[in-house]
Amino acid sequence: MSGFVDILNSIIPSALMLATPLIFTALGGVFSERSGIINIGLEGLMIMGAFVAVVINLELYPILGSTLTPWVSILVAAVIGGLFASLHAVATVTFRADQVVSGVAINFLALGIGLFLIKQIYGKGQTDMIDGGLRSTDIPILEHIPVIGPIFFEGTYYTNWLAVILAFVVWYVIFKTPFGLRLRSVGEHPFAADSVGINVNRMRYIAVMLSGFFGGAGGAIFALTFAGNFSQGTISGQGFIALAAVVFGKWHPIGALGAALFFGLAQSLSVIGGGIPLLEDIPSVYLQIAPYVLTIFALVGLVGRAEAPKSLGTPFVKGSR
Amino acid sequence: MKLQKLTGAWIPVVSIIFGLLAGAIIMLLFGYNPLAGYIALWNGAFETPYFTGETIRLITPYILSGLAVAFAFRTGLLNIGVEGQVLVGWLASVWVGTEFSLPMAIHLPLAVIVAILAGGIWGFIPGYLKAKYQVHEVIITIMMNYIALYSVNAIIRNVLTDRDDRTENVAETASLKVSWLSDLMPNSNVHAGIILALVAALFYWYFIEKTKYGFELKAVGYNPHASQYAGMSVKRNIMLSMAISGGFAGLAGAMEGIGNFGYMTLNNGFTNIGFDGIAIALLGGNTAVGVVLAAGLFGVLKNGALNMPLSAGVPHELVDIITALIIFFVAASYMIILLRHKLIKLYTDFKNKSKKGGANK
Repeated sequence: MSGFVDILNSIIPSALMLATPLIFTALGGVFSERSGIINIGLEGLMIMGAFVAVVINLELYPILGSTLTPWVSILVAAVIGGLFASLHAVATVTFRADQVVSGVAINFLALGIGLFLIKQIYGKGQTDMIDGGLRSTDIPILEHIPVIGPIFFEGTYYTNWLAVILAFVVWYVIFKTPFGLRLRSVGEHPFAADSVGINVNRMRYIAVMLSGFFGGAGGAIFALTFAGNFSQGTISGQGFIALAAVVFGKWHPIGALGAALFFGLAQSLSVIGGGIPLLEDIPSVYLQIAPYVLTIFALVGLVGRAEAPKSLGTPFVKGSR
Repeated sequence: MKLQKLTGAWIPVVSIIFGLLAGAIIMLLFGYNPLAGYIALWNGAFETPYFTGETIRLITPYILSGLAVAFAFRTGLLNIGVEGQVLVGWLASVWVGTEFSLPMAIHLPLAVIVAILAGGIWGFIPGYLKAKYQVHEVIITIMMNYIALYSVNAIIRNVLTDRDDRTENVAETASLKVSWLSDLMPNSNVHAGIILALVAALFYWYFIEKTKYGFELKAVGYNPHASQYAGMSVKRNIMLSMAISGGFAGLAGAMEGIGNFGYMTLNNGFTNIGFDGIAIALLGGNTAVGVVLAAGLFGVLKNGALNMPLSAGVPHELVDIITALIIFFVAASYMIILLRHKLIKLYTDFKNKSKKGGANK
C-alpha cells in the first residue's frame, strides 16, 4: 500500500505540472472554437507567451525579485498573447481568411518574431536562463490532509491549482452566463445570433483574443516551469497537444481539463516510468508513444464522433443567407 | 459591386510582394539596409554554384511535402501529419539503403518505393480512422507525428544500430547523389532527387486533373454529400487521398535519407519539412505548378537567408517573419480583393471627375 502511495507521490505532482500549461492553452482553445473560429495557432500563441515571459523575467527580476517576477511575467505574456491573437481575429473575422491557414501563419509568425527579437535584444539565438522561474511550494493547511495532502499539495505549484480552478470558472462563464450563451450561439448559428442582436464579429474577436490570453499564459507557465529560457525549441508541439485536448475534451472546459490531465499523466509516466516496478521493464519508447496511441484509441473508441460547434470554420458574412 | 474571387496567380503574387515589403519595413525599423539585406539573400541563394546547389537541395523535399499537403487539401483534408510521414519515409529509405546490397538498378528504386509505401501507410492510418470512425484527421495526424518521432528514434537506436545516434551511410547503389550534378555544384549536397520531385509534380497534375480518381477526390473535397449521392465512395476517397498524400511525404523523407544526408540521426524534434509544406501548398493554391513555384520561393528565401547575417548583419529569422506574413496575406485574400476593389473605384472616380472637369470648362 505504501509503495503504491509512493508511486502516486512521484507521478501525480509531475503529471499536474506537465498538464498545467496544456490546461491553460486548451481553455483558450475552447473559447475560440466555441465562437466558431478554429485555432491551429495555439502553438504560436504559446510560443509568443513563452518568449514574452522569458524576456520580461530576465529584465524585471533585478527590480521585482523572486516572488513577484514570475506572476508579472505570466500576466504580461497573457496580455501580449491576447493582442497577438487579435491578428488571427483580424484575418479570420474581418477578412474572412481560411482559419486553418491563418492559424498556421500565426505559428510561423510567433516563432519568427520571437527569435528575431531575441537576436536583436541579446545578440544570440537563445536567451540566458531565467532566475525568476516558478518555484514549487507546499500549499498551507491542505498539505496536512493525510495521504491526499502529500500527493497533491506538497511540492506543487500554485499555477497547477490556478489552472484547475480556472477550468471550472471557464465552464461557469461559458455555460452559465449570458456572455457564454452568446459565445456559444455565435459558434453554433451565427445568423440566429445576429438576428437577436448579438454582434457576431465582436464576440468572435473577444473569443479569439481570450484564446491568446490563455495560450500566452500557458506558454509563459511552460517556459517558467520547465524550459527556463527561450530558443527555437522551447515550445515544440505543446500547442498542438493542447489543441488535441480541446477536441478530445469535446470542446468543453471540464473535458479539456480532463484531457489535459490525461496527457500530463501519460507524459509523466513516460518521464519517470522507468522507476516504477511494473513499468521499468517496458522499453521506454512504448511509454513515450503511449499518450499519443492512447489518445487515438480514446478518440476512436470512447469519444467517437465529437460534435464540433456547428459553424466552426465558417466566416460570418452578414446577409449572405 | 463585384467582389468575386480572383483566380490564378493574383493573390499569391500580391501576397509575396506585400510580404517582402513588410520585411523591408522591419529591416528599416531595426536600422538595417533593406536593399543590402535582400541582395545578401539573393546572393545567398544563387551567388556561387555551391549556394545554388544548396538551394536546389532545400527545394527538393519542399516540393514533395507541399504536394503531400496539397493532395489531401484537394479532398478537403488537412494533413498535418506530413511531418511524421517524412520521418517514416526517411527511415525506410535509409533502412533499405543500409541493410541491402543490390545492384543500383534495383536498390535505388527499391529504397524510393519503400519510402513511398512507408509514408503512404503512415498517411493511410489517419485516413482509415477518419473514414471509419469520423475522428478528426487533424488530431490523429498530430498524434501520429509524435508516434513517428519516438518510434523512429527507437528503431535507429535499437534496430538499425547498436545504441548509436546515427545510422551507417547508405550504400552508393542506393544514393541519389550523382556525379554530374555534384560536379556542376561542387561541395553542395544537391542530388538527383530534384528530378524525382518534378516527376512527382507531373504525376500530381496528371492524377488530379486528368484521371477519374482525381476527379472523385476533388468532388469529395467540394461536397462529400453530393459525391455520395452521385455514387462515389466518400470513405474510400478519404483513405486513398491520405495514403497518396502520405506517399508524397514519404518520398520527401527519402530525399533526406538517400539524397541530402545519406544517413539518419536521432531527431530531438521535427524537421519542419512537413509544416513548411502546409505553407507551400497554400501559397501554391494546391496546384502542381503552384506548389513547385512556392517551394522554389521557400527554398530561395530560407537558404538565401543564411547569408544575411554574414553579409548584411540581418538575423536570418527575418525570413521566417516574411514567409509567415506571406501566408497571412494569402489567407486574408479578401483584404487584397477589397484593396483592389477600392483602388479600381478610386481610379474610375478620378477618371469620371477629370472627364466632368473637362466638360465644365
